[in-house]
Amino acid sequence: MFTEYIFHFLSILSLFSAVMVLASKKPIHSVLFLTLAFFAIAGHYVLLNAQFLAVVHVIVYAGAIMVLFLFTVMLLNLNKDEQSQKPMWVKIMAVIAGGMLMLTLIGILRKYDIQSVQDPMTTQIGLVKNLGKILYNDYFVPFELSSVLFLTAMVGAVLLGKKEQI
Amino acid sequence: MTTQIIYKTLLATIILLLSLIVAMYSTLIERKMAGWFQDRHGPNRTGPWGLLQPLADGIKLFFKEEFMPASADKFLYILGPSLTMFIALLISAAIPWGPDLVINGAVYPLQVADVNIGILYIFAVLSIGVYGIMIGGWASNNKYALLGAVRASSQMISYELAMSLSIVTIVMMTGSLSMSEIVAQQQGFNWNIFYQPLGFLIFLICAFAETNRAPFDLPECETELVGGYHTEYSSMKLGFYLFAEYINMFISGAVMATLFLGGYHFPGLDKLGLSPNVFALVSFMVLFTKITFFGFIFMWVRWTLPRFRYDQLMKLGWKSLIPIAILNVVITGVVILLNL
Repeated sequence: MFTEYIFHFLSILSLFSAVMVLASKKPIHSVLFLTLAFFAIAGHYVLLNAQFLAVVHVIVYAGAIMVLFLFTVMLLNLNKDEQSQKPMWVKIMAVIAGGMLMLTLIGILRKYDIQSVQDPMTTQIGLVKNLGKILYNDYFVPFELSSVLFLTAMVGAVLLGKKEQI
Repeated sequence: MTTQIIYKTLLATIILLLSLIVAMYSTLIERKMAGWFQDRHGPNRTGPWGLLQPLADGIKLFFKEEFMPASADKFLYILGPSLTMFIALLISAAIPWGPDLVINGAVYPLQVADVNIGILYIFAVLSIGVYGIMIGGWASNNKYALLGAVRASSQMISYELAMSLSIVTIVMMTGSLSMSEIVAQQQGFNWNIFYQPLGFLIFLICAFAETNRAPFDLPECETELVGGYHTEYSSMKLGFYLFAEYINMFISGAVMATLFLGGYHFPGLDKLGLSPNVFALVSFMVLFTKITFFGFIFMWVRWTLPRFRYDQLMKLGWKSLIPIAILNVVITGVVILLNL
């Protein structure tokens, strides 16, 4: 019962902050609302008994990526309203493209059988021990490959950053 | 169930009050220590040995004028110091303060939340700790404050990496992410510092950077940035920023004592045959002594070493600490593999 109230609260919070990301005038407010949305989603993970995922979500997204976003916005001092003004046709195109994505998602979710999802409280899949065993036994190769992918992205970013010297 | 909830609330309140009182008197001890290092008396006018000085400081801060810059972002300007204080107090929930209390046969653990990912929880809270400084520095709409905030964020991101890498070795040795488990494995004199001296040193240096203490207090470097991120703050909002620094110091001392100095364990203490509650109290005093020791180190370093230059700080973090920490992880992995 109590978790249900928390679920409703977190859902409203995440939807509200996600809308406010788009509706805010100042870029810095958008960044802070996005951080709030990440925290609300981390709360949902806790409700799904996935504590490890929740904490990693906070460390990676709220703690690292959003701080870098905030850092960039502050450094460029993007606090003027007129910088985000786009021509009308771009706005209409964006609405059409976004609407098509939403239609596709609704179409997929309507066909999806929700009953097939296992209860995370009984499987305990979200706890760090079980998650680690599955990652390093069943999905070892994809896991390591994705880490190589991240390393490649980092090297690429450094290379792009110092392109004058090469 | 209800008694457990009441007990946890009570424990959280006691820890909150304890952190606040310790932070309050840390300011006095810091000034006394500064006096000692500089061969003068320090504050000694308010009460015996200046014991009422923190109260006088608090009253002074409360009665100062609340000033807000006209061009400041009003909401974020107030959110900044509140968030700093909130996050500083949040970490103490995952620290085991002592062995279990036994009252009328029921067991009461001296830890607010024994989550199985305690160490990651501490990192998550540490990593969001920079928001208070960044929001406050930006909302002041002052170039010095902004520079201080930008410095704070890049410094914290850089030193977080080396800090987490130095903790990885502890996790590898313990095989658990739970704080109570890590303390339980350091029973007696089996402290982690003897197995991971390098990891401890890296963690200590990073703790200085994460708490914005000298020699890494560049976000508030007064010779270059006036007052850094809190240039525009006055009254109790400034007080919150300054106070949060001392709470951070206390809590990071507690984290270091828990991870490396055996938490509340002391060799021979469990063989004395004390009753559980007295044992819990004595163990807590042991932990508190260790935290005090770290507090002393924090102050000793502050009044001894000059401030780093910003490029030196970045060079130390990225080019020395992170490679050494990675090497430490590799060596620990090899040793664990060969021993088993």
